Amino acid sequence: MNQFFATFLSAGFWYGVIRCATPILFGALAALMSRRCGVTNMAIEGIMMFGALVAVIGSALSQNVWIGLLCSIVIAVVISLGLTMFKIRMQADEIMSAIAINLFATGGTVFVLYMITGEKSNSSKLANPVLPRIDIPILKDIPFIGEVFSGQNILVYVAIAAVFVIYYLLFKTPLGLRIRSVGGNPNAAESVGVSVQKMQYIAMGISGVLSGLAGAFMSLAYMNMFTAGMTAGRGYIALAASNLGGAHPIGALLASLLFGLFDFLSNSMQQMGIAPELIQMTPYLATVILYSIYSYMKMTEKRRKNKKLAKGKAA
Amino acid sequence: MTTKKVTEHSQDELRSQIMRIEFFFEFLRTVLSIVIALGIVLVIVAFITDDPLKAIQTLLMGPLKSVRVFGNVIELAIPLTFCGLAITVIFSSNRFNMAADGAFFVGGLAGACAALAVPDAPFMVKLFVGLSAGFGTGMIIGLIPALLNRFFGAWELITSLMMNYAYGFFVRYVLNRVIRNKDSISIESHPFNVDMGKLFTGTRIHYGLIIVLVLAVLVYVFMYKTRWGYALRVTGKSEKYATYSGIKTGIVILGAQVMGAAIAGLGGAVEMFGLYQTFRWTASQGYGFDGIIISTLARNNPLFVPISAFFLSYLRIGADVLNRSSDIPAELMSAIQAVIILLIAAKAFLSGYKQKAIVKQSQKFAAQGGEAE
Repeated sequence: MNQFFATFLSAGFWYGVIRCATPILFGALAALMSRRCGVTNMAIEGIMMFGALVAVIGSALSQNVWIGLLCSIVIAVVISLGLTMFKIRMQADEIMSAIAINLFATGGTVFVLYMITGEKSNSSKLANPVLPRIDIPILKDIPFIGEVFSGQNILVYVAIAAVFVIYYLLFKTPLGLRIRSVGGNPNAAESVGVSVQKMQYIAMGISGVLSGLAGAFMSLAYMNMFTAGMTAGRGYIALAASNLGGAHPIGALLASLLFGLFDFLSNSMQQMGIAPELIQMTPYLATVILYSIYSYMKMTEKRRKNKKLAKGKAA
Repeated sequence: MTTKKVTEHSQDELRSQIMRIEFFFEFLRTVLSIVIALGIVLVIVAFITDDPLKAIQTLLMGPLKSVRVFGNVIELAIPLTFCGLAITVIFSSNRFNMAADGAFFVGGLAGACAALAVPDAPFMVKLFVGLSAGFGTGMIIGLIPALLNRFFGAWELITSLMMNYAYGFFVRYVLNRVIRNKDSISIESHPFNVDMGKLFTGTRIHYGLIIVLVLAVLVYVFMYKTRWGYALRVTGKSEKYATYSGIKTGIVILGAQVMGAAIAGLGGAVEMFGLYQTFRWTASQGYGFDGIIISTLARNNPLFVPISAFFLSYLRIGADVLNRSSDIPAELMSAIQAVIILLIAAKAFLSGYKQKAIVKQSQKFAAQGGEAE
């Protein structure tokens, strides 16, 4: 047990938590962007998977990691806008479309990987450059904090910046107000001259950029190659994190850190004598439990409000 | 008096004609989706091989090559039908509970474990215990997301998908640490000695085929000929309407998810006793997700589920044969599935033509009605 607490207090532990939280944070921001414009984006899992694969391919072919990153963002935006188009123009059910994209991602990425490398499990044959880690000048010399926050991958800092950018965009700009109004009440938004479709395309485009960053982080930073099924449900966890954070960027940051904690715990607790298979279940079970508790709180709050309303009317 | 009767009569006729047009267009949509999906795959194949004609021929005719290979098609269609039926029942309640995949996977494990627990029992007892274990496990797996939704308001789609990942590790735990045969080189359990027997010699088609076909009819009778089935379909179409008409929607929705997942769990156990001597699954077969495309293609009609399962299975085996004779991976199939689901899910696909046909029919009728008066 002492060992357990010692792990908790070490800087390396929290460094790992932040690293594990990053893809979930990108995904959660992507999920909240789509939710704010009135789309339930279940496809983040599949988009991340495609992004992760394309990032490695682009990075290996050009021998330039930034082009790899760009490729990932482009494919993610394309799929994200495609999903939006199917919802708006083809009136498709967004959940069924997302399921189709996710199924396609599982098989399609393996197909493309095999066609390019002749391997089905990973892209180790492709020699791709990876994203750099960055030391923060003054911060790195502060004892504990420096070890935790400095020397992280560049995308970790991009993710933290993205939280504030998305916050500013949603709550401080006219565009953000329009996006939120479309998600909150599309008819009201339409009646004051806001184009619902245009706002949904814009918000889903931004959501795509964030999903692409999440995918690229997986294959160019979290690991140094693509492996089949590597997102392992992080897209769904991100969706839960976005809900848990109340579809607010700061909330998403905190929720992602919580899920990152469980993810890293499942990596770091394996030497403690418990069967690794059981420990690996923890991020998923934690998601189910935390998400259920949150939903319960939300449900009771709604009921209380309804009761109040009913009382008010009666009086 | 008579004119009123005539108009009522002709209105009925118009209504039935519109229904016929709608049915025709739904059928057309399904067929066109399949054709377009196949077309896209053929284009992909044409681009990546030197001999596209041969590749396409192998993909489409490969399963007919021999009795054994065609047997593989039927053999794969069995678990696919189980999962298709499971998803059909679950999605009828308009809830996206993905427990079917976990239920099939853990159902297989439960069947094997139950049979291993009673090694000396007679064959029929073992079979019964094993299948019941699979069925029961499926019920529990379907119940968890359903209960979390009913009492906590958590969305089934997220909880069930997360639980599926967890089950994956759980099954690996049980296989590695509880039932693993330490004397074997490969990762597998001891043999559980329940062989359901083959239906046809020269193939691996087992008695599960009969079980699943009977089950398809039972599910059809349940959904379309009973009070509960009616309640389920009404609830799926509109929960509010169902509640106002006195249907206990909570129980109906819960029941559909439990029954659906139980069917998948039973399917896992049947698959285990039909094809395997030892438990050796280290990852989910993914049939639960294939169930989505099967039930989409079958348009939620249980009687069409075996047919669409056969269709998917045929393409899968075709892709397998192609995979063995060339360097095209069988994952090619995922493109077909995605396109079919997307096109059938897209309500606007062909809806313009349907609208035109209905308007035309109505106008024709209005003109005739005018003449009669």
